[in-house]
Amino acid sequence: MINRIADIGRGGLNLIEAYGKAGILLYRILFRWPRITKNFYYVVQQIFAEGVLSLSIIVVSGLFIGMVLALQGHHTLVKFGASMELGPLVALSVLRELGPVVTAILFAGRAGSALAAEIGLMKATDQLSSMEMMAVDPIARIVSPRLWGGFISLPLLTLIFNVTAIYGAWMIGVQWLGFDSGAFWSNMQSSVDFHVDVVNGIWKSVVFGFVVTLIAVYQGYFAEPTSAGIARATTRTVVYGSLAVLALDFVLTAMMIGGW
Amino acid sequence: MLSRRIVETLVGLLLLAAVAALLVLAFRVSGLTNFMRSPGYMVKASFEDIGQLKPRAAVRIDGVTIGEVTAINLDPATFKAVVSMRIDANMDHIPDDSSAAILTSGLLGDNYVALTPMYSETFLKNGSTIQYTHSAMILEKLIGQFLFNIHKPAASAATPAASKK
Repeated sequence: MINRIADIGRGGLNLIEAYGKAGILLYRILFRWPRITKNFYYVVQQIFAEGVLSLSIIVVSGLFIGMVLALQGHHTLVKFGASMELGPLVALSVLRELGPVVTAILFAGRAGSALAAEIGLMKATDQLSSMEMMAVDPIARIVSPRLWGGFISLPLLTLIFNVTAIYGAWMIGVQWLGFDSGAFWSNMQSSVDFHVDVVNGIWKSVVFGFVVTLIAVYQGYFAEPTSAGIARATTRTVVYGSLAVLALDFVLTAMMIGGW
Repeated sequence: MLSRRIVETLVGLLLLAAVAALLVLAFRVSGLTNFMRSPGYMVKASFEDIGQLKPRAAVRIDGVTIGEVTAINLDPATFKAVVSMRIDANMDHIPDDSSAAILTSGLLGDNYVALTPMYSETFLKNGSTIQYTHSAMILEKLIGQFLFNIHKPAASAATPAASKK
């Protein structure tokens, strides 16, 4: 009985310790962020590894999600005689929810797992401690550019996802189902607001980019230096990253709808 | 490992693609015409009943949007709804005896404020109040009045029919 209660206490302490460690890591990253002259290229390299190389999966899934939304939306809207509202339906659901959320979850799977595995393996093979031996700060050289790379890449990828999804819906709606292209765009323009819908979606993706990359970097940096530990860190990055995105999406949506 | 030049070029292309995507979202999807909201001037009008009017609803003349509703408050003394509107700065020749009405776009559409210009030689300016207002048409009230009106002749017709029996 006492042991059970002690287990709960230990779990709580471990959780708080994890948050504390993540906070300290974040502090060390932010206050040693790469000096523009010396370390800027490392950030560019990470934007390449996390952003440019994720582009194919983002574009392909954006296209298919837009096409499926258009088909499903048409199937339901036509029952209410509102099939002309297809453009607004797709644009609003992609810009406000699907774009930021799906991109962030794909990003956690594609780039976040790679980050955690890379940093974890560096730790397991003592590369990080040998850097410290050579008076190179591994946080400034390895961890910080990766966090900034992900933070910058995800909003860019989200914008590209949004546009491909809307063009996917346009292909289905206009080319296949035979809507008028002008009506498709003008209905969309009349109900989508730049400041409310587009900009709020971008804010969401900024928050997601930060959280997903921080989780990946944290899991990698504090991974157990064994092969099983790296495997666990990679799994946790994807699981915790996706859960954090979904939960934060609810919080952000509630704040935005509440007129925050 | 790719050469530094190729990496930088590809990252630059990603940035350009994202900027192009933002422009598409701004101009093609949301139909944005001006990035900065034009400064404009504030005008107030008090209504008996604003129906479903919300902040950010459009202010229109002849169906053309010339501004938006910025705030809706209740006057604590008169119990009238005070609607604050921002009118675009280039629309500075609206006569100050114009009337404001709350209309609905389409049968089930959103409410908006429609201004009807009159003939005064002085114009609305920042802080001025529109005197003549028409409240929103509330469908439930109209149906209630309609039912009340058809009930009266129906009742008077029913009474002789009942007395015959």
